Amino acid sequence: MPGSIDETAAGLLAQGYVAQRELATAAFLALRLQRPLFLEGEPGTGKTEIAKSLSALLGKPLVRLQCYEGLDQNSAAYEWNYARQMLEIKTDAGLKADDLFAPRFLIPRALLRALQSPSVLLIDELDRADEPFEAFLLEVLSEYQITIPELGVIQAVEPPVVVITSNRTREIHDAVKRRCLYHWVDFPDAKRELEILRLRVPGAPEALARQIVLFIQGLRKLDLYKLPGVAETIEWSRALLELNALELDPQTVQSTLGVLLKYQDDIAKVQGSEAARLLSQLRSELGSPGG
Amino acid sequence: MHFARVLREAGMPVGTDRVRLSLQALQVAGLESRADFRATLAACMIDRAEHRLLFEQAFHIFWRDPELLARVMAMLLPQAEARVNAPPPPENRRLAGALFPHAPAATEPPQEQQIEIDARLSWSEQEKLAQRDFETMTAEEWAEARRVLARMKPLFETRPTRRHARAARGRVDWRATLRAQGRGDEVAALRFQRPRERVAPLVVLADISGSMSRYSRMLLHLAHGLSNPAEKRHAPKVWSFVFGTRLTPITRLLKQRDPDLAVASVSRRVADWSGGTRLAACLHEFNRLWARRVLTSDATVLLVTDGLEHGDAAALAFEAQRLRLACRRVIWLNPLLRFEGFEPKAAGIRALLPQVTLHLPAHNLASLGQLAALLSAPSTTSGDKKR
Repeated sequence: MPGSIDETAAGLLAQGYVAQRELATAAFLALRLQRPLFLEGEPGTGKTEIAKSLSALLGKPLVRLQCYEGLDQNSAAYEWNYARQMLEIKTDAGLKADDLFAPRFLIPRALLRALQSPSVLLIDELDRADEPFEAFLLEVLSEYQITIPELGVIQAVEPPVVVITSNRTREIHDAVKRRCLYHWVDFPDAKRELEILRLRVPGAPEALARQIVLFIQGLRKLDLYKLPGVAETIEWSRALLELNALELDPQTVQSTLGVLLKYQDDIAKVQGSEAARLLSQLRSELGSPGG
Repeated sequence: MHFARVLREAGMPVGTDRVRLSLQALQVAGLESRADFRATLAACMIDRAEHRLLFEQAFHIFWRDPELLARVMAMLLPQAEARVNAPPPPENRRLAGALFPHAPAATEPPQEQQIEIDARLSWSEQEKLAQRDFETMTAEEWAEARRVLARMKPLFETRPTRRHARAARGRVDWRATLRAQGRGDEVAALRFQRPRERVAPLVVLADISGSMSRYSRMLLHLAHGLSNPAEKRHAPKVWSFVFGTRLTPITRLLKQRDPDLAVASVSRRVADWSGGTRLAACLHEFNRLWARRVLTSDATVLLVTDGLEHGDAAALAFEAQRLRLACRRVIWLNPLLRFEGFEPKAAGIRALLPQVTLHLPAHNLASLGQLAALLSAPSTTSGDKKR
């Protein structure tokens, strides 16, 4: 358990996560106050990644609950093993009704598993689940317990570190947010993005990395339908490395835009003149000779 | 804590629990650095992305000089009040009616029994009313029309969700079955479940530019009626937006129960009332900022506009297509359709038309009644341009 904000930031960095000071603060507070950490932000800004890094930092296993429309208690928290119950009824005539709902018939799912042993619980893309599911989370998030009608209350052995992420396709209910520490994960600035790139794509030449970061920072200023996130930056760098590119030239950019932009309209907008403009702009900024 | 009160006054919901949390957090995080202090408060006090800017500003001003903030607030306050007190756009006829209240019955809520007793009379009255244009409507007729709208309970199509509810037939619900057996029901009757149904959401995009001003107020009443249904169970989730030269979300404003208050608060909020239209730009804004938040793949978009676009028709066609692709159906209510022999000549209209699932007139009650029938009809009737 890190003792200060600096230690948290350093710890995350050691796990390969470059955290902004604000994020490090929020994460540190979440650990110390035992509150869930609620992360919102554009897709591809490293929301899920922080849970992984925290899990590695604390040495606790990561329990991940990917939300989707229609996610219910059965697949999120626990389920009774009906097949086994049926079997026991058939084989053991003396079985009483009370014995049917014993812990041994319980199949723990993500939420219950996170309570049963120390862990980092990642509730990913909560906005994808429907609203009734949020209400079910309230008990888990504030009391760290689950009530199973047939068994009673199951308390957490040790409160798990909870990270909730949302892409903000809809507003999460205030009752959930109230119990959490909130942090908006923004796109990183050029300096930090370069740092991330150095850490995550160690093979990339320094000059290329600089160009990539400046190009993407330029792209984010455009009026695009979907702005490229950090995940796309990393992907793109890897793609360029695969192509053995040493620096950005119009030809390479043209052929690899699909890694960065996932909407045809955005690609059409950036292709050609816009890309050339960004390239010449970054050349003049870097002052490097080329093309 | 003074800062929390300031934030609350500025419109951020900061409860006592949040203040307590921040104090706890500050004890843990320490007070050495200003940046950490701010980050700590931000993590504890913000719970919505919109509030970040507000928080930044308040923090910046407050911790530099609390006195200054008080002065700034004092300076801003008269202005803000002045804006609130600014006269809402004129609602001539109703205002006239309100100023000379010679017809006291108009304000009373309609009596259900009365309608039942002389059903024929009220029906014929409705019929006469139904052919009137909203443009020429007196206070009494207006009130009656609003009552008709309020009584209209459009039933929307339902879509299955992936949650299940108990049912007489369907998939076997093992949990319920076993629990019933465990309770000692010797007869091993199976229990069943089937997918629960959900009413598909509705997004209302209403044009309030100059050419539409006469209708749009009535359509606001429609939007309000849809947002505040008498029976919540089968009501869809409704998101409402108005646009002229810019897009304004009004979903929250319409949550106000009283229709007049709700419409009044909308008219105060909207800055571009009865101005020009920048349809393409507004659709663009909607597509960019809102579509992914409010449009699910089964949503219905109700676009209320005359389609008279001053801007670029190609851009409009593009944005309309994007809108079309993001939802289940686009229904266009067009007041211009009232004129016999209306032809889609204007470039904007021609750009919009190919992307629209249904194009309907919306200039008087009969066609709003048509809308109600349409929205409640099963999806098979709306099929010509379906995906």
